[in-house]
Amino acid sequence: MTQPLCLSVAELTCERDERYLFRALNFSLNPGEILQISGPNGSGKTTLMRVVAGLSLDFTGALFWCGEPIDEDRPGFHASLLYLGHHPGVKPTMTPEENLRWAMGLHRNDLSRDDIWAALAKVRLTGFEDVPCYQLSAGQNRRVALARLFLAQQPLWILDEPFTAIDRQGITELELALVQHAENGGMVMVTTHHEMTFDYSGFRTLVLGGSR
Amino acid sequence: MNWTFFHRMASPKWFYDFSGRLLPWVGMLALGCVVIGLTWGLLFTPPDYLQGNSYRIIFLHVPAASLALTIYSGLAVTAAIGFIWKIKLADMAVSCLAPIGASFCALALITGAIWGKPTWGTWWVWDARLTSVLILQFLYFGLIALREAFDSRETAARACAILAMVGLVNLPIIKFSVEWWNTLHQGATIRVAGESSMAMEMLIPLLTSIAGFYLFTLFVFLLRIRAEILNREQNTAWVRGLLGANF
Amino acid sequence: MTLRGLVRGLGCILRRDLRLAFRNRGDLMNPLVFFFLVASLFPLGVGPSPDVLRIIGGGVVWVSALLANMLALDSLFRSDYEDGALEQLMLSPLPLSLVAVTKVLAHWLVTGLPITLVAPVIAIMFGLPAEALPAIVATLLLGTPMLSLVGAIGAGLTVGLRKGGILLSLLTLPLYIPVLILGTGAIDAAANGFPWSAHLMWQGALLALGITFAPLAIGASLRVSVSG
Repeated sequence: MTQPLCLSVAELTCERDERYLFRALNFSLNPGEILQISGPNGSGKTTLMRVVAGLSLDFTGALFWCGEPIDEDRPGFHASLLYLGHHPGVKPTMTPEENLRWAMGLHRNDLSRDDIWAALAKVRLTGFEDVPCYQLSAGQNRRVALARLFLAQQPLWILDEPFTAIDRQGITELELALVQHAENGGMVMVTTHHEMTFDYSGFRTLVLGGSR
Repeated sequence: MNWTFFHRMASPKWFYDFSGRLLPWVGMLALGCVVIGLTWGLLFTPPDYLQGNSYRIIFLHVPAASLALTIYSGLAVTAAIGFIWKIKLADMAVSCLAPIGASFCALALITGAIWGKPTWGTWWVWDARLTSVLILQFLYFGLIALREAFDSRETAARACAILAMVGLVNLPIIKFSVEWWNTLHQGATIRVAGESSMAMEMLIPLLTSIAGFYLFTLFVFLLRIRAEILNREQNTAWVRGLLGANF
Repeated sequence: MTLRGLVRGLGCILRRDLRLAFRNRGDLMNPLVFFFLVASLFPLGVGPSPDVLRIIGGGVVWVSALLANMLALDSLFRSDYEDGALEQLMLSPLPLSLVAVTKVLAHWLVTGLPITLVAPVIAIMFGLPAEALPAIVATLLLGTPMLSLVGAIGAGLTVGLRKGGILLSLLTLPLYIPVLILGTGAIDAAANGFPWSAHLMWQGALLALGITFAPLAIGASLRVSVSG
C-alpha cells in the first residue's frame, strides 16, 4: 500500500429512534496516536466504535482507511483491524489456549504453542492455559480476550471498554501495551470510563454527548 | 437514462405530493371498474352450463389469486431495489404491500374453498393451485411476522428485504415442485374449466373486475404508503409544515 | 489473502465448531433423539397398521428430519451472536459468505449427517421395503445440506431476536417444501420399484443452486442482525 496508514471519518452522523447520537463527526487517527472516546452512558461511544469497525450499518457519512473509502476494500481493512467489543467472544467450554488460537486463527496461522502461552503469560494466565474458561473469573475471561493484543499484527486497534473487570495492576499493564503499540506506529481507538494514567504525546480524547 | 427522475421519485416528499394528486383518479377508476365488473359478472352474465351459478365466484376469486402472486413479486422486486440502492421509500412500499398481499391471498383461499364445495364436493382439495396459494400465504405471514419482530425499523427493512428476495427465488421452485407433486400423487386431478374456452360475455366482465381490483390495490397501497410516509418523516420540516398548515 | 491463508482460516473455524459440538454432548445428541421421537409419534397417532405405516414411512422420515434440522438451526449462530464471537468472524479478513458456509458445514456434520445415517432404522421400523433404503440415505444426503443452507438464512435473520425459535420455523419451513417433495418422491418411487435417479438429479441441482446463492444471503442476513 502506497498511502500512509490513516483512519479518517467525515461527517459521521448516527440517528437512533429519531434522536441524534452524534452528528457530523470529523476526526482522523494517524500512526502513533491513541484516541480515547469518552462521554456519559448512552452518548453513542459503542455505536461509534461499531460504525467505524463496520459492524453497524445505520449511519450517514464516510469512513476512509489509508485515504480510500473503507467499503472499497473491506477485507483489506479487516486485515488491519483488531476489534474487541463488550462481549469478548470467549467460549466457556474451550480453554484459554484454544480460544486464543481460534481468535488469532481468523487472522494468522503461524503461531506456535509457545507464542500462545507467552501471550497468556503476559496477561497473567500462566497455569490456566488448559483450564476450561467456565472455571475462570470474569476478569480472567476478559484477559483471555485481551491476550490477542500481544499477538496482533494489525495496526488499528478498536477497543470498547477493554478495562472492564480488570484489576488495577492489569490496567496499568494494558495501558503500557497501548502506548507500546502506538510508539511502534500503531493506532488505538478506545472507550473507557477510566482516567488514563500515562503521559503520552500522541494521546487525544474525543468527547461525545453533551449537546443534543 | 434520466436518473434525476429516478431519484426524485424516491424522495418521500415528492412521492407524497405526486400520489396525492393521483389518489382521487385511481380511487374513482377502481370503484367504477369494480362496480361494473361485479354487477355485470354477478347479475347479468348467463350461468355456466356445467357449474350453474356457483362459478360466479371467479369474479372475486381470480382477481384475488392473481393479485396475491403479483403483489408478492412486486414486493420482492421493490425490496431488492431498496436493499441494493438503500432507498427508504422502497422499504415503506414493502411494508405497505405485505398486508395487502396477505389479505388477497387469504381471500383467494377462502373463495377457492367456497367454490370448491359445490364444484368438487369438499371445502378443500390438495390441488396444486390451492396448495401453492397456501404456501404463498405462509410466505406472507413469515414476512409480516419478521417485520413485527424487530424493534429497529432499519433492521426490519433489511431483514424483510433479504427474506423477500429469498422467497422470490424460491417461489418458482416451490410452484414447480408442488405441481409435480400433485401430478405424481393424484394422477388426473379435477381441472378448473379452461380459461381459453371462456365465453366472451364472461371474459369481459372478468377482465373488468381484474382491472378494478388491481386499481383498488393501487388505491389502498397509495393510502397506506402516504400514512407511512407521514409517520416515518414526522420529524422533517416538510411534514411539520404540512401538518401545521392543516391544523 | 492467499488461498492457503483462506483454507487455514476456514479450517480453524470448522475445527473449533466441531470441537464445541463435541464438548456439549447434549447439543450433539438432542436433534438425533428428537428425530427418533417425532418419527415414533406417528404410529401412535395413526395406529399400528403395517399397511398405513408403509405408505407414510418415507414422508415421516423426511418430515422428522426436516423438523429436527430446523430445531437445531436455532443454535447455529446464537451462541456466537451472544458472546461476541460472531463480531470477530465478521471482522476477520475471510469472506463472510465462506465463513457462513463453513459454519453451516460444521453444523450439518453434527446434525444432518447423523440423521441421514440413522434414518434407515426408522424406515425399517415403518416396514419400508429394502429397495427404499438407498433412496432414503441418498436423498437425505443431498437434501439435508440444502435444508441447513436455506435454514441458515432464517437463522441469520432471527439470531438477534429474543424469541427467534418459532419465527425461524415460520420463515424456513415453507422454503423447505421443494426439498421435502423431491425427497419423499424418490423414496416412493424406489419403494414401488420405479427408477428414482431423476429425483436425485433434481435434488442435486437444488443443492448446487443453494450452495451458490445461499451463502450470500446468509452473509447478508448476519450483517443485518449484527448491525441491528
